[in-house]
Amino acid sequence: MKAQLLTSGAAEGPVLSLDEPLSFWGGFEPRTGVILDVHHPQHGRCVTGTVLVMAETRGSGSAPGAIAEAIRLGTAPAAIILAEPDVNLAVGAEVAATLYGCRCVVVCVTEEELVLLRIAKRIAIADDGVVTLIT
Amino acid sequence: MELPESIRAQLAGDHGPAMQLAARLVVKAADIMRAERLIPISFAHLDACFYTGQAHVDFVRFLTENGATLAVETWTNNGVVSLADPTLRPHAEDPEMVEGAAALMHLYERLGTMPTWTCAPYQLPGGPQLGDHIAVGESNAVSYYNSVVGARTNKYGDYLDVACALTGYAPDAGLHRDAGRRAELHIDASALPEHWRREDIFAHLIGHHAGRLAGRRVPVISGLTSDVPKQALKAISSAAASSGGVELWHGAGVTPEAPELGAVFEGGETQRVTAEDLARAHRELSTTQDGPLDAVALGTPHFGLGEFEQLVWLFDGRRVKTGLPMLVSTSRGVRQMAAARGWIAALEDSGVEVPVDICTYHSPRVRGLRGRVMTNAAKWAYYAPGMLGVEVAFGSLKECVESAIRGEVWRDPALWTNAS
Repeated sequence: MKAQLLTSGAAEGPVLSLDEPLSFWGGFEPRTGVILDVHHPQHGRCVTGTVLVMAETRGSGSAPGAIAEAIRLGTAPAAIILAEPDVNLAVGAEVAATLYGCRCVVVCVTEEELVLLRIAKRIAIADDGVVTLIT
Repeated sequence: MELPESIRAQLAGDHGPAMQLAARLVVKAADIMRAERLIPISFAHLDACFYTGQAHVDFVRFLTENGATLAVETWTNNGVVSLADPTLRPHAEDPEMVEGAAALMHLYERLGTMPTWTCAPYQLPGGPQLGDHIAVGESNAVSYYNSVVGARTNKYGDYLDVACALTGYAPDAGLHRDAGRRAELHIDASALPEHWRREDIFAHLIGHHAGRLAGRRVPVISGLTSDVPKQALKAISSAAASSGGVELWHGAGVTPEAPELGAVFEGGETQRVTAEDLARAHRELSTTQDGPLDAVALGTPHFGLGEFEQLVWLFDGRRVKTGLPMLVSTSRGVRQMAAARGWIAALEDSGVEVPVDICTYHSPRVRGLRGRVMTNAAKWAYYAPGMLGVEVAFGSLKECVESAIRGEVWRDPALWTNAS
């Protein structure tokens, strides 16, 4: 499976599959990496170091700052896999890569591919966008 | 994608690492938005000056230390603290945030922005005109500039707004293009009694309702009176941007791109607005029963000159109940214009506080608010319960003033929202 790279880099980690879109601004705490939104099905889970699989984000103009802050503090996911291209996450991750040299790889796949990825235990993303499921 | 010469030079690093990053962000966004080219802009309004963490400070410091320069006139959204009034940044509340927020604002001044510190920049003289391409981040300003001014912008998130201002370009996609500006939904309020539609509260309720119906689509609203004041258009813009994700709406016969319904709408889904729709909007914007008040908060988005005039007239020299905080947030620019007319002095004599530079729910200053708070602003009513943990009593401007004087919620028997 080959994903569209929204930011460059390679990553690997355990899968955390989100059942609903997450707002990185307001629904997520960059200081701890924990999902704050009490209405979210994965409320209380920590995204740090995971490969976060979710269809899309809940749009907020402040999302780039929140993801950049999480990358700065080391609480960000290792990678985020979406089914809908997201300018905010790509911009936030790009800024953090420039400022801090740390990466959160953001990629986009089809909705069908996303369904498959949700059941994987671990996922590796190569720097050419090839996604490998590790069971 | 064919890139302008200046962008290619910036990408190559000819103008240093800061301009290189800015160009990279704009091109990356254009790729993701599937734009075929970049389009020159003439103005920007930045949201990235609103502190959300140290990364914001590091970003603009990186820009200023690496010779970044703005390509277009660039204004600033409100900050988390007030640079004009040191009492509006109490260090005890959250020292890291207060220091970070002030440092961030100073760095944006150093970058060469016009320090307007307002979420309602369209209330200041100058600024963009009909047909101008611009880059704006704050949701209500995006909605107002697109809809009421007829300038063209998408909602640009943090850092991308700055990148557009630095490079002078935005992705030619979405609301920059004619095709993206057609109405997809008709919201018809023309069957409601005209005297309802002339009340200031109507704009907040119809805006909230329109956002609920439209989501992220472009709606056209008919039934607005042709002499509808700017403050009502502001209320619709901000309410629809909060309850939905409306970045552009049209008012048939009112906003510049919709001299008539047919100019923006070719037929399709039409929703007729009923009295029950407005009553539901009123209920959604109120989280508490009427009763004694703990505060009154106006000015979301920032209060305009016309609203100050109305507020002074409504107070008519009377005073807010002793001990009850009443805050009316605005910009430095509008406060100065209102002060020149004697209105700020009159309001301060009435016991009203008029803070500048700050946002009414994010700033540490307002964290002191608790309990039952009254507002006339749909946007404040929508966000304050979650952000501040307060209960909201929503009402008209007149109801807010009379309630502030009495210290408890007062309902206007002449207002249709109170008819049983």
